[in-house]
Amino acid sequence: MTGDKEKARRLTALFLLGSALFTYPVISLFNLPVLVWGVPLLYAYVFIVWAVIIFLIALVMHKGSRPAGNRFSNRG
Amino acid sequence: MIATWIILLFAFGYVALLFAIAYYGDKRADMGKSIISNPYIYALSLAVYCTAWTFYGSVGRAARTGLGFLPIYIGPTLTAALGWLVLRKIIRISKIHRITSIADFIASRYGKSMTLGGVVTIIAVLGIIPYISLQLKAISTSYLLIKHYPQFAIDVNFTQIPFLKDTAFYIALLLAVFAILFGTRHLETTERHEGLVAAIAFESVVKLAAFIVLGVFITYIVYDGFADIFRKATDSPELKRLFVFEDRPGAFIDWGMYIFLSMLAVMFLPRQFQVTVVENVNEEHLNKAIWLFPLYLLAINIFVLPVAIGGLLHFTGSTVDADTFVLTLPMAEHSQWLAVLVFIGGMSAATGMVIVETVALSTMICNDLVMPVLLRRFSRQLARRSDISNILIVIRRFSIILVLLVGYTHFHLIGEFYPLVSLGLISFAAVAQFAPAILGGIFWKRGTRLGALTGLIAGFVVWLYTLVFPSLVQAGLLSPGFVSHGLFGVNLLKPFQLFGLQGFDPISHAIFWSLLLNTGCYVGVSLFNAPTALEHSQATLFVDIFRYSGEIERPALWRGRATIPDLRSLLEAVLGKQRVDEAISAYAKGQDKDWERTVEAEAGFVGYAEKLLAGAIGSSSARVMVSSVVKEEPLGIDEVMDILDETRQVIMYSRELERATNELKTANERLKELDRLKDDFISTVTHELRTPITSIRSLAEILYDNPDIDILRRKHFSGIIIHESERLTRLISQVLDFQKIESGKVEWQVTNVDMTNVIDEALIATDRMIKDKKITVDVQVPDQVPLVEGDQDRLIQVMVNLISNAVKFCEKDEGAIAIDLTVEEDRIQVDVKDSGIGISLENQKIIFETFQQVRDTSRGRPPGSGLGLSIAKRIIDFHHGQIWVTSELGKGSTFSFTIPLPKEKWAL
Repeated sequence: MTGDKEKARRLTALFLLGSALFTYPVISLFNLPVLVWGVPLLYAYVFIVWAVIIFLIALVMHKGSRPAGNRFSNRG
Repeated sequence: MIATWIILLFAFGYVALLFAIAYYGDKRADMGKSIISNPYIYALSLAVYCTAWTFYGSVGRAARTGLGFLPIYIGPTLTAALGWLVLRKIIRISKIHRITSIADFIASRYGKSMTLGGVVTIIAVLGIIPYISLQLKAISTSYLLIKHYPQFAIDVNFTQIPFLKDTAFYIALLLAVFAILFGTRHLETTERHEGLVAAIAFESVVKLAAFIVLGVFITYIVYDGFADIFRKATDSPELKRLFVFEDRPGAFIDWGMYIFLSMLAVMFLPRQFQVTVVENVNEEHLNKAIWLFPLYLLAINIFVLPVAIGGLLHFTGSTVDADTFVLTLPMAEHSQWLAVLVFIGGMSAATGMVIVETVALSTMICNDLVMPVLLRRFSRQLARRSDISNILIVIRRFSIILVLLVGYTHFHLIGEFYPLVSLGLISFAAVAQFAPAILGGIFWKRGTRLGALTGLIAGFVVWLYTLVFPSLVQAGLLSPGFVSHGLFGVNLLKPFQLFGLQGFDPISHAIFWSLLLNTGCYVGVSLFNAPTALEHSQATLFVDIFRYSGEIERPALWRGRATIPDLRSLLEAVLGKQRVDEAISAYAKGQDKDWERTVEAEAGFVGYAEKLLAGAIGSSSARVMVSSVVKEEPLGIDEVMDILDETRQVIMYSRELERATNELKTANERLKELDRLKDDFISTVTHELRTPITSIRSLAEILYDNPDIDILRRKHFSGIIIHESERLTRLISQVLDFQKIESGKVEWQVTNVDMTNVIDEALIATDRMIKDKKITVDVQVPDQVPLVEGDQDRLIQVMVNLISNAVKFCEKDEGAIAIDLTVEEDRIQVDVKDSGIGISLENQKIIFETFQQVRDTSRGRPPGSGLGLSIAKRIIDFHHGQIWVTSELGKGSTFSFTIPLPKEKWAL
């Protein structure tokens, strides 16, 4: 199935993206003792990147994997 | 304050609830109505990753190093992204080969090696002991804390407490009972435990809920939200440093190392392998779990830093251990019931880990450590016993108790000197040693048993030297000089600065050296060591799992003799009669064979039996047991290669076959069409033959029956007979001609041909036909006509065919035919124009096709076989010329053909 291969490629890309964003040197750019929106910059950065990566994984896994229309068909 | 007995009631009540859930789960599984078969329960069961380390230790770590607690949860998120590639492959391999533990996986991959399985088991057990000790420590400490409320800065030395007075000891025993009841209820061929998983998933909900309730309480009730806590922290330089990385050289390296370490640990911790791979009901569940599980990790970590800072702010100047903030904060706020909730949450985190880990370890100890030894010593006796399953279950139960007791002892002797997280990290470092052998094993065919063994042992020794020995120093079991001055006082051998490497913390340092050496040995030794036949075949089956998974039952890699009764009694001894009957009837389904009468087991059945056994006792033990009843002829490496090549070739051939089939299909379509045309042709020809024969015969009969017929009529009849015979001869020779041309049997006699001559000859041949119909012929030929190269007789035939065709379509008496020859630059063109009825556009297209005849319903079938034009076309084709027709209905047709002039002539 080509869909599987495509998924694997996208997930690998996400893995590489995450690895880059979570490690030195990128992370050192946010290593400042300041607060943004009341929370430490580094703390905010890590959690936002983390949430985005999880969201993207979910997106890759469920995009086009099943006909979405059927799920809500009972509501009509 | 809450009475001790109430706390104990909660603690034991909680464990009782777990028993109930597990019991219900098992019961539902027995009824075939699984409650765990959905991706959400699967994802929750993966969250067994979060233990007391997460629940209590993360806050402690955050209080010491700021964000230093996080890499342990970021790593699994990155692993989840790769889960689709790596975990799915491991799951598929394990399902197909019925692998039930990490040790079994590695042993099976490297030629079902008993030694390797044993080594992996030892590393896993020794590596996990500190981790179990961590959980027991957490339970024990939290119980003591909550019991001593409202005093929360307690200083207990657990070594002073006798076993029998320590609550943790009883909790440990209770957990052992739980693990025994639901982890070793009976022997399975898949080693899946639905009730256990249900309980674990429930525990994951409890610990997450408890931690979030606590987090919200501290952040929003004790303090005034995130911003408030962090703003208060900015006032203290001591706390503000927690906002950023530690200010030391290796901080970023350590951060990266921990991410890397936890990436490996989340795959290779025995309990993670158990829930992710062994307990996996459906591969599809991974699709959702790979983002739900990281989401769980994110949720459980959001409040860690606020709670840690809140604790530090609250307990400034006191000696409260940061590892206990989660519990001591609500106690300090006098929220007793919240403290109890947290206590239960902590218990759920710790017990979940202990239960799954001990079950996973007991499977390994039994299948890969004890059974191989028993088999080696008492293989004959064991094969004859009918109750091996009981032996296995007893071994497992003892293993569970043993692991818990050792863990408990470790906690009493060593564990209490370490913060929770440091204990856990030592275990992470141990299981990371499996990474080269497993990852190499599923992606690299060339890795060998010896390579894996050397790598594992090297990594393990480095781990012992750099992490475990120093912990013995701390416990006072080794001299402190070992850490400060190195082994034998050699500075280069200092366990935290091996070979002078500095700037790493002890864990990163150990990870770096152990994995470097491990991977180096694995690759290096593998490359200088040829795999055996079995290793080679297993390597191929593992690496190419997605290619082979459909045909895995194929018994290609086995050759030997065995009897079904022998195998059957062996299976029954391990699995029990009922399950064996089910399994055999499942196997026999779809095979038309009388299983009651067959004695000789075929190779496929032996393979199936071995796989069934492997599910229960591990692949290497299964192999030994099966080979005790099988007379196997060993396969050489060449034969294995041949067999694997064969498979590859079969795949290639099947692709070629597919292509050939498609070609054949098109050819067949074409043949069918030709066949249809041929049928038409035959009916046409026979019709054409019958008409003259009928008239010849009837005229001949008239002449025969009436000898006194007058001479004039006799002459007339004879004339018709002759004419019809000529027509018959022409028809037959046309058919013969066509057949000759079609089959390529014509001998072409190519000479220089004068086309003027050709036209004259053709007119002579058709003279009588023309005169009969009284048709006028007008021929236009230039004076000088260059010679062409060709077969004169055949070209005359073309001309004859075209002229007779034209004559056929002309009306009697008033028809006219015009023959024009024109010389172009590179060719000669001949046009034969008639004044006949003309040909419709549709028919013009097919008129030169074989067997096609223009049909016109109003006029009926024109005389002739329909072959004349086909023959003409083939002859012109041979001369590299072209033939076509232009026509309009009612205004006559023009048949034209060209013959190219020889090249040297155009130069003139």
